[in-house]
Amino acid sequence: MSAETKDRSMILQKEMIAAHYRRLEEAPDSGEPVVYTFVPGNLTELIRSFDALPVLPEINALQSAMRGKSQSYIAAAERSGHSEDVCSYVKCDVGMLRSGNVSPTGTRLPKPDLLLLSYTGCFTFMKWFELLREEYRCPTVFLHVPYQADGRETPEQRAYVTKQIRENLIPELERITGKRYDEDRLRENLARSAAAEDDLVAVLQSARRTPSPIDAYFGAVYYVGPIFSAFRGTEEGGRYYAALREEVEERASRGAGPLTPSGPLDSQKYRLVVEGPPNWTHFRDFWRMFSDEGAVVVASTYTKVGGTYDSGFRHDPRDPLGSLADYCSGCYTNLSLPSRVEMLARYVEEYAADGFLIHSVKSCNSFSAGQLPILREVERRTGVPGAFIESDLVDARYFSPANLKTRLESYFQMIDARRAGAGA
Amino acid sequence: MSSRRALVVDWARAAAEDFEFTVAREWIGEVPGRRAAGYLPVYAPREVIRAAGLLPVGVHGGGDRIEIIRGDAFYQSYICHLPRSVVELAQSGRLSFLSAMLFPSTCDVIRNLSGVWKLLYPSLYVRYLDLPQVFEPRLALEFWSGEIRSLAFELGEISGRPATDGTWREAIELQNRARARVRALYRRRRESPERVPTEELYLLLKAGEVVPTETFIDQADRYLAATEEGSVPTRDRVRVIVVGAFCEQPPLGLVKTIERAGCSIVDDDFLLGNRLFGEDVPTDGDPVTALARAFLENARATSTIYEPDPDAKRDLMRRRVEAAGADGVVFAAASFCDPALLDRPMLRAGAEAAGIPCIAFQFAENTGQFQQFREQAGTFADSIKLWGAGQ
Repeated sequence: MSAETKDRSMILQKEMIAAHYRRLEEAPDSGEPVVYTFVPGNLTELIRSFDALPVLPEINALQSAMRGKSQSYIAAAERSGHSEDVCSYVKCDVGMLRSGNVSPTGTRLPKPDLLLLSYTGCFTFMKWFELLREEYRCPTVFLHVPYQADGRETPEQRAYVTKQIRENLIPELERITGKRYDEDRLRENLARSAAAEDDLVAVLQSARRTPSPIDAYFGAVYYVGPIFSAFRGTEEGGRYYAALREEVEERASRGAGPLTPSGPLDSQKYRLVVEGPPNWTHFRDFWRMFSDEGAVVVASTYTKVGGTYDSGFRHDPRDPLGSLADYCSGCYTNLSLPSRVEMLARYVEEYAADGFLIHSVKSCNSFSAGQLPILREVERRTGVPGAFIESDLVDARYFSPANLKTRLESYFQMIDARRAGAGA
Repeated sequence: MSSRRALVVDWARAAAEDFEFTVAREWIGEVPGRRAAGYLPVYAPREVIRAAGLLPVGVHGGGDRIEIIRGDAFYQSYICHLPRSVVELAQSGRLSFLSAMLFPSTCDVIRNLSGVWKLLYPSLYVRYLDLPQVFEPRLALEFWSGEIRSLAFELGEISGRPATDGTWREAIELQNRARARVRALYRRRRESPERVPTEELYLLLKAGEVVPTETFIDQADRYLAATEEGSVPTRDRVRVIVVGAFCEQPPLGLVKTIERAGCSIVDDDFLLGNRLFGEDVPTDGDPVTALARAFLENARATSTIYEPDPDAKRDLMRRRVEAAGADGVVFAAASFCDPALLDRPMLRAGAEAAGIPCIAFQFAENTGQFQQFREQAGTFADSIKLWGAGQ
């Protein structure tokens, strides 16, 4: 996609990310502390309130894959003893580190001053930071966020998480950064987050329109980028989401569809709901398999791993630490399978979807284990046809274009057949 | 093998390989209203189940003895084998005698299996056990105590026999006695591996998961007594610890293969939940607090539990090898087991830094071909015999 065919918001985001990586590169000289943490359950507002900079290893891995760098990193990790069976994000990150720790944009990544292991919905995170701790030999704080097995956060779970933030994490951040905890500053960040979250939700829910002005999976991974990573609660993050919302509303007012690798997708034949993360090594090729067929994704679950804002959650400056606990608990991968089924079935109905697709990735047990029963249950509840395709996050060995394309084409034919049957 | 010992081993084999769970079903049938609760690996507090009046039953997969007919429709090829055999057991009706199922926070797969259970069996009591991953009592004791209390309350509602001070004490004392037997069995094997082949120990532990605890204690006592009888030939074997098989259990054939290839297993992770605590749980004071503290302060290091001390992690293999008087480490992880496989590079680096020889392989619970393991373990044993450990 050339610059002329990119959305303004995409260009703005690219500039933000590049600036952040440059700032990270300069951190050893500027003295800005660096905190490595993960997307689901990230506490960016708190980290930023200590003037520390966040680094998100999953983002580095996926960005590396989009730039064609992940395969050599994975190979480096496997040469050092990592199994082919395990998460490719981890191996990509470990391999990047051992290959000089150069960020996806080409700048050098600083060592962490703190590994903030926010345990939200994925046990692999625990091992990942134990591995990074071996490499960096730096302090690590574990924030244990209980799983929402019964579909809700209990008061006891909330108190447990809040207590850990207050009594364990904040003192460590104070020690690492040399700054006192400033709750007023945290409140300001949280207020900015809530405003950006309003804008993001408006963008995501614009897909209820026909035609949809966005692609809520391939396009939306760009939209959630800033809020899932380093920019939640920041002024530039706020500006980005205001601009994005304006851009999408303008497109919607024209009845236009999103920009895709196949061009503007104004004529939309299939409206889909998608569960699971995308493949990053062939991201645009994968997207094109949909857009070439006139398929637009109107809702996705992957875009909720960093927060389920469209279910009503907002960061709340009136209750800073409790609000952070609520946020962590509610991230998509921290939800039980029945809750995931409910969300998917709701999306199918609310977004008037023609079909429901699971993209299952080999790397991620958190997402993938249980997706086949999810498929059957969502089909049973909604009556729309489901499909199941498989590849991986950042390991290109598991991306089989011909196989995926054939399956998708068959799936679209099935939707056509259902429509023809319904119209007969 | 003495006849007394053969009787115990035969009993253990029958119980361990009985996927109809006959002993548990008979226990339920003996008294009207009796109920049982199943639990998945690695650790679930059996004391809570017992105190609330139910029979705890370990559900550790179908091994290599269950044909997977329905389970493969639930899981992709890149998910470990355990959940599909557990689903197979359930979908074939073999677990229908269970009134509750507990899913500990072992990994993403077992966590999500709790959700699969909720979808499949909406009227069954299904409980996810969120074991703390921070261990300072000031942070986690209240949370974990609360979890234990609510679990006991809910199980008591199922059994109709709520936990009382008396049942709590009895349950903890009983489990302490079982733990003592497990410790004694491991000690006996460590001291004299010729007298306690791991094949037999493994069967005994497996049986202990699916029978009343009193029965296990009785059989373990018989076995321990029988191991003192007669003389056994000393074998020219190297001593190894087997690390990583804490959840999906290896087939018995793999355990036999390792030992027949010239290795004596002197420590392992098999069925680790039965000895997660190195010490007894105190029976004085509040039992819930005692049980919660036991986990926070006394749980042994394993891949499913966060290790806050990086030095302890690096040093873990050396400490285990020294404690067992072992010559080397066999890393045996189930295929696609994230906790074991992601831990392995760290543990292996620590072992090798201490000069400890290591090998690594992967298995599935239904692995049926052992030739490659025999060759690998045999070569490993030969190399240690030829060049010694620490070379």
